[in-house]
Amino acid sequence: MRFWGGLAVALVVFVGACGERDRPAGEAPDAGAPASGGTAAASAGRTLDAVRAKGFVQCGVSQGLPGFSNPDDRGNWTGIDAEFCRAVAAAIFGDAGKVKFTALSSKERFTALQSGEIDVLSRNTTFSMSRDTNLGLDFVGVNYYDGQGMMVRKNSGVASATELDGATVCTNSGTTTELNISDYFRTNQLDFDLVAFEKSDEVVAAYDAGRCDVYTTDQSGLYADRLKLQKPDEHMILPEIISKEPLGPSVRQGDAQWADIVRWTHNAMLTAEELGVTKSNVEEMLGSPNPEIRRLLGLEGAFGEGLGVSNEWAYFIVKHVGNYGEVFERTVGLGSPLQIERGLNALWTDGGLQYAPPIR
Amino acid sequence: MTDHSSTSAPSTSLLERVQQIWFHETYRGYLIQGVLLVAILWVALSIAQNVSENLARQQIASGFGFLDTTSGFVISQRLVDYSETSSYGRALYVGFVNTLAVAIVGIVMATVLGFAIGIARLSSNWLLSRFATSYIELLRNVPLLLQIFFLYFGVLRTLPFPQEAFSIGQLIFLDNRGLHFPMLAYGADGLFLSVPELGRFNFAGGANVSPEYLSLLLALTLYTAAFIAEIVRAGIQSVPTGQIEAARALGLNRRKVLRFVVMPQALRVIIPPLTSQYLNLTKNSSLAVFIAYPELVSIAGITLNQTGQAIEVLSIAMIVYLTLSLLTSLAMNLYYARTEVAGK
Repeated sequence: MRFWGGLAVALVVFVGACGERDRPAGEAPDAGAPASGGTAAASAGRTLDAVRAKGFVQCGVSQGLPGFSNPDDRGNWTGIDAEFCRAVAAAIFGDAGKVKFTALSSKERFTALQSGEIDVLSRNTTFSMSRDTNLGLDFVGVNYYDGQGMMVRKNSGVASATELDGATVCTNSGTTTELNISDYFRTNQLDFDLVAFEKSDEVVAAYDAGRCDVYTTDQSGLYADRLKLQKPDEHMILPEIISKEPLGPSVRQGDAQWADIVRWTHNAMLTAEELGVTKSNVEEMLGSPNPEIRRLLGLEGAFGEGLGVSNEWAYFIVKHVGNYGEVFERTVGLGSPLQIERGLNALWTDGGLQYAPPIR
Repeated sequence: MTDHSSTSAPSTSLLERVQQIWFHETYRGYLIQGVLLVAILWVALSIAQNVSENLARQQIASGFGFLDTTSGFVISQRLVDYSETSSYGRALYVGFVNTLAVAIVGIVMATVLGFAIGIARLSSNWLLSRFATSYIELLRNVPLLLQIFFLYFGVLRTLPFPQEAFSIGQLIFLDNRGLHFPMLAYGADGLFLSVPELGRFNFAGGANVSPEYLSLLLALTLYTAAFIAEIVRAGIQSVPTGQIEAARALGLNRRKVLRFVVMPQALRVIIPPLTSQYLNLTKNSSLAVFIAYPELVSIAGITLNQTGQAIEVLSIAMIVYLTLSLLTSLAMNLYYARTEVAGK
C-alpha cells in the first residue's frame, strides 16, 4: 500500500509540475493585478519581464564563426552577432555584460528560440519568408547583408562557377546554403556531388583534406573560414554571388514589445553611426544642440519608455558597445583579420543598404 | 484460494461488496492497474494537449503534410531514385535505405570479425591470443565517435586527389572521393559495363563508394566486433570443460569439437547479448551525421531544419528505429528458438 501511495503522490507532483509549465510566465499575474505603470508596455512584455527577473539576456550564437560569433582564447564571445547581443543587454540593463551566450548548431537554433531556451537568436541566420512565417519567430532586422559564394583551390584552374560541372561540393546541412547551391547547379544544368556536414568545422576540415573541390557558404563565412585552412593562400573565392543572404537577429513570435526592443537596438546603432555618435565621443555628444542626437541619447522625448526600457537606452548601447560602423570595423571589417569591405553594409548615405527609420 | 465473488450473497451491503472487491487479490490487482492505466493515459494526453496548444500559440505549423512537399536539397549518396524535386517523405526513405545499407553490411562484417577474434582470444597460440586481447581492449575503450572521426579524417588526408588516384588495372580507383569500380548498367543499348573515367574534377561512371560510407562501416564493424568477441569468449567458456574432454576422448579433432560440441551450446549463451550488439550497431549508425553520410537521422535533421516540424520528424525517426530494432530482436529470437538443445 505504501508503494501505491508513494506512486500516487509522485504522479500528482509530476502532473502539478506539468500544469505549472502550461501557463506562460507573466500572463496570469497581469490579469488581476493593478496596472503598475498604466502604460501600454505593462500589458505585453512577457519576455522583457522574464529577462529582467533573471537579470540577463540569453542570446543564441553560432558554435564559432570568426567575425560573427566566436569565443576568443579567454572564452569571451567576439564578433558582430555577439556584440549585437551585448547591445540588447545594454539597452535593457545599461550594462553590456548582462548577457549569456548559448552556442547553437544550425539545426538547433530555431528550436532553442521556439522553446524559450534563448531570448534572441543572433547567429548569422538568413531572413527568409518561410522562416519568418512558419517557424514561430520574427526577424527584426538585417545586421549583415551577405550572399552565398564559393571557394576553390587556385590550382584547380577554375575562374568561374559555370566551369564547375562534375565537381564535389561541401556545405553545411540544413541551411539555405544547401538549397541555394542545389538551385544554382540545377538552373545552370551542371552536375555535382554534395557532401553536407552538420557543423562548419567539419565542412572546413573535409574541404581542407581534399574531400571536395568547392566549399560553399555565405561569402563572409568563406573569408572567415579561409583563415582556418592550412594554406589560406592556395584558395580563392569565386566572383559569383548566387543568393541574397540578409543575416539578422530574430525573436519568438507573439511578443511585439520584445521584438521592438531588439529591432530598435539595431536601428539605434545605425542612427548613432549616421549622426557621428561613437563610443569615444558619446559623453561630449550629450552636450550637442542637434535635436536628432538629443532624441537618440534620451535628452528629448521619451522614446525608451515606449519600448519599456529607460530613456537612456541608446546612450548605453553606444557607450558600452559602440555604433554600427565601429562594431563592423572591429569584428569583420578592416580592423579585423577578416578584412571585409563595408560594401552593401555601408550606410545608405554612403551607397549601402543599411538604413534606419528615424527616431522621432 | 477461495473464490469470494461466487459466495457474495444478494443481501450484502454496498460497503461489504466494496470490501470484498478490495480484499480479493485478483480484483484489487485489476482495480489498481486500471487506475494506473487511466493516470498514465491522462498524463500522456495532457502532455500532448500541452504541446499542441503551445505550438498553436506560437503559430508553428504541425501535422505530416510536409512529407509531400518538395525537399529542394540534394542527396548525392543514395541507393534509390531521388532528386531535389522529390518530396521530404522520399528523402527520409533515402535516409532509411542508407541506414539499412550500413547496418546490414556492418552486422555481417562485425559478426564474422567478432567470432574470429573471440575464438582467437582463447587460442593456445600466445601471439594470436595476445593480439586478440589488445584489439578488444583498444577498440572497446575508445569512444566510437572518436574512432569514426579518426578513420574519416585520417583516411581522407592520406588518400590522393582523383588526378593521382591509386588504381588497380585502370579499372578500380581509390582516391579522396571514394572507391570507384566498374558496374553493370542498363542504358539505351541494353546492358553494358560502365567503367569509371576521370573527368575534370572526379571520376564519372561506374559505381562509387564514398569515404563517408567506408569509414562509418569500418568504424562500426571494428568497434562492435570487439564487443562481440567478448560475448563469444564468454559463450565458449560457459561450456563445461568436461564436454570438450569427452568429445576429444571420442576422437573428434579440434575443429569438430568446436563445431559440433562447443558452438551449439555456446550459441545459447551468445545470442541474447549478440542481439543487443546488433541493435547497438544499428543505432550507432546515426553517428554518421558527424561525417556527412546521409542516413536517416542526418536527413531527418535537414528536414527538421527546413520545415521546423521537430516533433513530427523526430517521431518518424524514432518509430523507424524502434521498428528496425524490434524486427532485429524478433529475427534473433526465432533463431534462438532454433538453437534449443533437446532435453536442456
